[in-house]
Amino acid sequence: MEALFDIPVLGFILQFAAYLVQIITSGHIAPIILGLATPIALGALCGVMNERSGVVNIGIEGMMLFAAYIGFMTALLVHEAFPMESGPVFGATPALLAGVVTAIAAGVLISLLHAWLSVTVRADQIISGTIINITALGLTSYLNRLIKPFGSAGTFKSLHPPAALVNLPGVGWVFEMFLSVGPIAMSVIVFIIVSQVLLFRSRWGLRTRAVGEHPKAADTVGINVIRLRYQNVLLGGVFAGLAGAYLTLEATGSFQNGMTAGRGFIALAAMIFGRWTPLGAFGGALLFMGSQALGVAIRLAPPPGDLGTFLSGIQQSYPSLYNNFFGGLPYLITIVVLAGVVGRSVAPAADGRPYEKESAT
Amino acid sequence: MARLRSYAGLVVVPALSILLALLVASFLIILSALVGPEGKFNLALPLVAYWSLLEGALGSLRGIANMIVAATPLVLTGLAVGVGLKAGLFNIGATGQVLLGGFAAALVGERLAGAPPLIAIGGAVVTGILAGALAGFIPGFLKAFTGAHEVVTTIMLNALIQLIISGSVNDVFRTAGPTFARTASVGAAELTGLGETTLHLGVLLAFACVPFSYWLLWRTTLGFEIRAVGANPTAARYAGMSPRGMIMFTMSLCGAFAGMAGAIEILRLGYYPAVFGTSIGFDGITVALLGQAHPIGILLSGLLLGAMRAGAPLMQIQAHVPVEIIDVIQGVILIFLTAEVVVRRVFRLKAARVEAGELQTITRTYGEKVA
Repeated sequence: MEALFDIPVLGFILQFAAYLVQIITSGHIAPIILGLATPIALGALCGVMNERSGVVNIGIEGMMLFAAYIGFMTALLVHEAFPMESGPVFGATPALLAGVVTAIAAGVLISLLHAWLSVTVRADQIISGTIINITALGLTSYLNRLIKPFGSAGTFKSLHPPAALVNLPGVGWVFEMFLSVGPIAMSVIVFIIVSQVLLFRSRWGLRTRAVGEHPKAADTVGINVIRLRYQNVLLGGVFAGLAGAYLTLEATGSFQNGMTAGRGFIALAAMIFGRWTPLGAFGGALLFMGSQALGVAIRLAPPPGDLGTFLSGIQQSYPSLYNNFFGGLPYLITIVVLAGVVGRSVAPAADGRPYEKESAT
Repeated sequence: MARLRSYAGLVVVPALSILLALLVASFLIILSALVGPEGKFNLALPLVAYWSLLEGALGSLRGIANMIVAATPLVLTGLAVGVGLKAGLFNIGATGQVLLGGFAAALVGERLAGAPPLIAIGGAVVTGILAGALAGFIPGFLKAFTGAHEVVTTIMLNALIQLIISGSVNDVFRTAGPTFARTASVGAAELTGLGETTLHLGVLLAFACVPFSYWLLWRTTLGFEIRAVGANPTAARYAGMSPRGMIMFTMSLCGAFAGMAGAIEILRLGYYPAVFGTSIGFDGITVALLGQAHPIGILLSGLLLGAMRAGAPLMQIQAHVPVEIIDVIQGVILIFLTAEVVVRRVFRLKAARVEAGELQTITRTYGEKVA
């Protein structure tokens, strides 16, 4: 094995692959990947809900951002009114819980605007989404300047799974990945599995897919196309809101202008990569954000041998470019994946097309 | 006469949207006084704020010059989005195209710092235009040949371009001397103010792009093909046009406009700072939609937004309303513009003639191959 590593190019690739396996299974990086992937997966779930029923949603970014701000401010205000120690479970406090609830409400509120513009007004859905992004960025920056938030309501805490579980040979890192995280990140896998099952095994799922593929046929058999699209867009708002709550109440404990930084769009790419299925989108989210976690991993524990010397050499000569390269990897992979996958993965047939019931005349 | 009436229709809804947006923003302005240090409920504050906004932009010759200078890049990014809309493309990558154009202009300007001003400026601006065109060509190519929708790819490129440029300014092109990371000064290529004002050569260049776009879109075969592909790509292909070629050409042209905007902004500053945040790329979306994707509309809405940007600092000083209110107003204008139905209902206007307008065609190509 060691001999193989000495072959010029192939050796490099093999070393790198071995390093990847090693850092993922070491257990420390896996929870970071899940954490980074959480807002992407939730955003992609929002996209799946929308697009499976035939509504394109480019505004996930803005929904997340608005929810992140509202959730953060609510938690802060409640925290100032009733200061309280971190609770025993996940460090939850009434302030944080109130923050999550209002963040979800904010996500739903914005998605109501999107539903109204794209389903009722029948405006161009991509323009509607873009406008939501622009307005959310402007409004949150304005409010953030107006009400300068001092302090923080803190964040949800990660769980510490029992050492016996984490140290299990071979699969310990899987337990660490899904248990050694906060409550919102932990809930993602539940939402993904539940929505995957419901979308393909329930009456609601069948109707959603029917409306997304052929609304006229769905209408003929008595499905209320408009109402179902509203329901699904609002349900998507719940997930976008939760993603926003994750950013301010679980990941950072603070709010910065434009802090979503394109995550809503990476989520869309994850959705397309996953062919409009929740499970596939989750895989896409893990892949995209895993690349960003790689930068962290290399800094914490550089790979041994030539590869390590090469990487730390670059890191020392070009520290800023090095950081930005790994920071930018998810965006680059998104572009590559979109270019490679779109042609082969087919969107729901009625995606982006407003439905107009034919009048009797 | 009929033509005149249709122009009026193009103006009325945007104007009323602006009016409604100012009304909505008034509530936020009143809120700003309420949560401010004095905690007063001041109903007149919106009027004070809007008056100082107007005064800041139009109250003096210097204000007017500032307004035109602020409008210059906005008209260009407005064209970068608007010309794309005519071809059924939604270019929200103007931000990245601006950054790449500005960066390229800064690097060439640095080399030409000692040359005669006209040559230095010319060289830097042309490079900026070409770099912007390249940044536009990439998503155009991806859309034409792989079907990757430009809305997602351009947003990703915006982030990537910003990261790569700031990284290389920090690590490679950083000049010694200043306390913050920036490239060396562009010297002779700097766009300095003419006479007492802030007006510069770039203003002429930018405003010349308005009649140019009009001529290109409505007086040339190429423009006809761009609009035909935008209105109906399938029909255009049967008529012997190449939707793929048109998409790549239009995206490059859009990028060129944005690249010119970036070059002008950077040459006005005189160097490229590692932390270069600019909203002109996104403002271009507002300008284009408000201007109904028509060059003259883009000129007018660019001037309007320029006035808001130029007047905002005075508003913040006099009325203590944060300048960020401009971003909110922009967003709300766009919401009303999109929800035309509401505007028409509020003002009891008749419904518009249903047209296959270019604004309806963007979502159609989502998740699909072009040809």
